[in-house]
Amino acid sequence: MAQAAAVAKPPAPPRRRRASATPRRLPYLLIAPAALLMLGFIAYPVLSVFYYSLQEYNPTKPWRNGFAGFDNFVHAFTDDPLFWDTLVFSAQWVFVEVGLQLLFGLALALIVNQTFVGRALGRALVFSPWAVSGVLTSAIWVLLYNSQTGITRYLADVGIGSYGTSWLSDTSTVFPAAIVADLWRGVPFFAILILADLQSVSKDLYEAAEVDGASRIKQFWHITLPHLKDAIVLSTLLRAVWEFNNVDLLYTLTGGGPAGETTTLPLYIANTSVDAHNFGYASALTTVAFVILLFCSMVYLRLSKFGGEDK
Amino acid sequence: MSVKEATKAAPAPMRAAPEPPRPSKKNRSWDEVPRWQIYLPLSIYLLFTLIPFYWILLFSLRPAGSTSLVPWPMTFDHFEKVWTERSFGTYFQNSVLVGVVTLLMTTLVALAGGYALARFNFKIKRAFMLALLCSQFVPGALLLVPLFEIFAELQMINSLGSVILAETVFQLPLSIILISNFIKNVPYTLEEAAWVDGCNRMTAFRIVVLPLLRPGLIAVGSFAFVHSWNHFLFALMFLNNQEKQTIPVGLNTLMGADSVDLGALAAGGIIAAVPVVIVFAFIQKWLITGFSAGAVKG
Repeated sequence: MAQAAAVAKPPAPPRRRRASATPRRLPYLLIAPAALLMLGFIAYPVLSVFYYSLQEYNPTKPWRNGFAGFDNFVHAFTDDPLFWDTLVFSAQWVFVEVGLQLLFGLALALIVNQTFVGRALGRALVFSPWAVSGVLTSAIWVLLYNSQTGITRYLADVGIGSYGTSWLSDTSTVFPAAIVADLWRGVPFFAILILADLQSVSKDLYEAAEVDGASRIKQFWHITLPHLKDAIVLSTLLRAVWEFNNVDLLYTLTGGGPAGETTTLPLYIANTSVDAHNFGYASALTTVAFVILLFCSMVYLRLSKFGGEDK
Repeated sequence: MSVKEATKAAPAPMRAAPEPPRPSKKNRSWDEVPRWQIYLPLSIYLLFTLIPFYWILLFSLRPAGSTSLVPWPMTFDHFEKVWTERSFGTYFQNSVLVGVVTLLMTTLVALAGGYALARFNFKIKRAFMLALLCSQFVPGALLLVPLFEIFAELQMINSLGSVILAETVFQLPLSIILISNFIKNVPYTLEEAAWVDGCNRMTAFRIVVLPLLRPGLIAVGSFAFVHSWNHFLFALMFLNNQEKQTIPVGLNTLMGADSVDLGALAAGGIIAAVPVVIVFAFIQKWLITGFSAGAVKG
């Protein structure tokens, strides 16, 4: 593997001497703080989750604690309808959320990439929800959705819907209501990433396409989209993992309810460990989530051509 | 200050992406996108973006029980109430402390690690890179229990240190990858020239590389700050004492109350938004470069 920095260039002699004067240990010293922190607070907890997944472990029922083999996993897959429900809901949530975010994000990026009066302001406003936290997003949409003074009241004033409607506590409306709230915050992420990638499309290609008389729609399909392909695939994957993992919004907006309608797998895990103190079972569920994430990260590594960074 | 005003105040956003001069502007004009195709969808989307912001501002400023759609007569009662009675003053201090220390620790540790990755070839480099890429997929939310046990062991439950450590650790992988990419963009020959002039590696780094890294460091530091400011689960889990809580936990408490005080919730939300909006306005112009420099392509 040819390391770029090690490739000798003509004025090499002074550097060679200097470089060999640096202690061999220097790079290790430099990564030591990061490596130690990650070993202690990421690697060790991950390993302990694997360990606990094979244990019956519940601080509130210590007399039952002990080695359990694969009991936790068997229970999850054969005897726990909630597990399957949350898994299905997770898939639904991620699929709908990421799909819509990508669609709107792409459209927005294409729009604010045009030259027009007020573009800087337009971009700033469009991107602004990006920095808003999950909890604050929940707070905002709780205000919008509340049954007394929320948006439904004013809609009812003009004859749409009825007074006292609460979209978050009705099982038939809670899914779209939560989706819209998360879209509000999630679309700017895609818009920013895609806009960043749009900056590197060669203008010459469009000029050439125009000379050949290609319409704008054709230019989009044959120049823009192929150029964006890698960025779209990678950001979609990253976002899907992020949407799967992130529990802030659903935890605070719906609490997984009503009637468990909006509980994702990580939310179910959090409830199992925090409320029910069933750490062993929660660890087994976490292990299942890790396997799903591991699969995604392998795909990610393949797509990002890991190891090719040294060229 | 409203969210909208603050965002408007962003100085020349996206300076990072100057349009190269169009060589044949006149010839192109026949193909310019019709204006309505830009302004119509943009306006509709902006309504969707801005109404929620307006809504929270409205609720925070109008008197309790009012159903007016303009915040008039205006009152700051909700802010006073939430700041003192609901302890948002204390939460604010805690959140600032967590945010600033996380920012400093993340930047320093990531700077060291990023420099090693960008400038050296060493045995475990590939393994370290792989660990960084994979760690991005490990959700802190799924590690709450083991992390809680570690911090209990370290006697750090109920201390802001636990939250700072946890936030820093989960911020590190992306920060290191970003910073190492930023450093790779600084030509090595610049550093070599400084060595020839008699600087040692540290001095050369400080006077040659560091100034050029400024935009990158600002981006990475801001991400770290905004993330730890916004993040909620670690504080919820590791801090039981009300005086130690952070803003997002305070907001969650306001939402969880039996009868939600909407005015207080809105005022609390505005307080939570202000620092993030300031940071956001500040980093806007670096956002695009920051991401294109390798956030995604790792």
